[in-house]
Amino acid sequence: MSGRFVRLAETERKTFVIIVDGVERRAAEGDTLMVALLTGMRTLRDSEFGDGRRAGFCLMGACQDCWVWTTDGDRLRACTTPAVTGMSIVTQLAIAGEGVWPRG
Amino acid sequence: MAARVIVIGTGPAGVRAAEALVEAGLRPTVIDEGRRDGGQIYRRQPEGFTRSYDTLYGTESARAAALHQSFDALKSRIDYLPETLVWNISANAVHLVSGTSCRTLEFDTLIVCSGATDRLMPVKGWHYAGTYSLGGAQVALKSQGCSIGSRVVLMGTGPLLYLVAAQYVKAGAAVSAVFDTSTLLQRLSALPKLLAIPAALKKGIALMGVLRKARVRVYRGVRPLEISGSPVHGVSHVEVALQSGVPFKVACDAVALGYHLRPETQLADLAGCEFSFDDAAQQWLPATDEDGRSSVKGVYLAGDGARIRGADAAERSGRLAALAAMQDGGLKVDGLVSLREQLRVFSRFAAGLRVAFPWPARLASMLPDETIVCRCEAITAGELRRVVRETGAREANRAKAFSRVGMGRCQGRFCAHAGAEVISAAASVPLASVGRLRGQAPVKPLPVTLIEEETSE
Repeated sequence: MSGRFVRLAETERKTFVIIVDGVERRAAEGDTLMVALLTGMRTLRDSEFGDGRRAGFCLMGACQDCWVWTTDGDRLRACTTPAVTGMSIVTQLAIAGEGVWPRG
Repeated sequence: MAARVIVIGTGPAGVRAAEALVEAGLRPTVIDEGRRDGGQIYRRQPEGFTRSYDTLYGTESARAAALHQSFDALKSRIDYLPETLVWNISANAVHLVSGTSCRTLEFDTLIVCSGATDRLMPVKGWHYAGTYSLGGAQVALKSQGCSIGSRVVLMGTGPLLYLVAAQYVKAGAAVSAVFDTSTLLQRLSALPKLLAIPAALKKGIALMGVLRKARVRVYRGVRPLEISGSPVHGVSHVEVALQSGVPFKVACDAVALGYHLRPETQLADLAGCEFSFDDAAQQWLPATDEDGRSSVKGVYLAGDGARIRGADAAERSGRLAALAAMQDGGLKVDGLVSLREQLRVFSRFAAGLRVAFPWPARLASMLPDETIVCRCEAITAGELRRVVRETGAREANRAKAFSRVGMGRCQGRFCAHAGAEVISAAASVPLASVGRLRGQAPVKPLPVTLIEEETSE
């Protein structure tokens, strides 16, 4: 699946691996988690109210519409969290299996 | 003067406030939610990124560089707490959280420079993935070097609409259309006030030139009808009624939406500051005197977090609030008169912007019932209208209690203004009488696990 965000600058940065829904993807040094996710996919979370997938909104930590979870169940606000090597992120709780118990 | 001075925010207002305090020999604590200083307007890119100031800030590059340099020079003379959220304010104390650590700091003087976020009017389909605030679209580019999509529509009104469009074009993004709800006539009628700052007006006109040169299609006087798309893949089209009334549809995979700005006033509210309805801005704003004194002794408000006058005004109002605080503390200060005079000019220009790019209140009453007003909890305009009709709720907090509009985790930042307009129209009462949503602590969600640090003296 192609990404939503398009990289226009700073494209020479080193990249590293993060895991998203069990799949290896690449992030670049300095990426927020949101950018790391949305340069590879079109959405990053499910609305809890049944109206579909979401991909963030304000990018400045105000709307809280970019929450994702780690496979350990920790909640992260993707727009203000730097992507870090080895992160394992869940964007679809419904298919993450019984191992993930979201906190928060 | 009492030494316990706290400044919240490191945008233009916060930095200049801190600078004035340091010049007077004080050592303020400066708290900021961001990882780096600069606020939103002069937001710094991450370490290791290589774009120049000119590329990042365009005509404002010298101002951005000056602000960053000023703050760098201050760092050893202040107590700087980055990545720290003020989640509550009680009598003479701010409550902080950073990561999973929390603590309380007491103050005698507090200068709140909390900045602004986009003022939003819903449109049917704006909950589809790929709709962002205009400010958000700018952050993606400025801070991360990304466009929000491969074919972007920018919609709404206000200076940011044209600024972001021009920045996207310059960065090489594909801008499919710019839809402005304001008309050319409104722009022209604002000219006398906008001429208060000819240089700023000239910059605005230059932005239009950038779009024209790039052959970006700009439509004025439009009425947004719908963002269409799918719950799985997100937005695919934007449809508007052109000024002529003719429907017009553009394909896109991202939309940036915004109607100028609104101050982030939750902290002023929690500090107990009185608010008053501002007829010109059509919003409730914390009451301050010309220098930034709030109704609460020792609490000062500055920058766009108090009222929207832009970054240049914020630098001055930040400094002025700090001078006022020091004057109240018994120190002798200079420069008040000149700053007040300069700010009056910015106030006139800001009034011009409100005429040129008016908040389209009428759109709220025209939203189809199925339009989501509250994005957090997917609550529709129809549900809010039903609550007004069936419960008689005509006041914002009462309607919130029944409908949950404004109760979600953005705490009404992005739905409160439009929600109030929907209530006002449905109940046939003036907007001012609908009131405003009360601020609630925590102003943003906190981690479930918090570790309390030693509380300060």
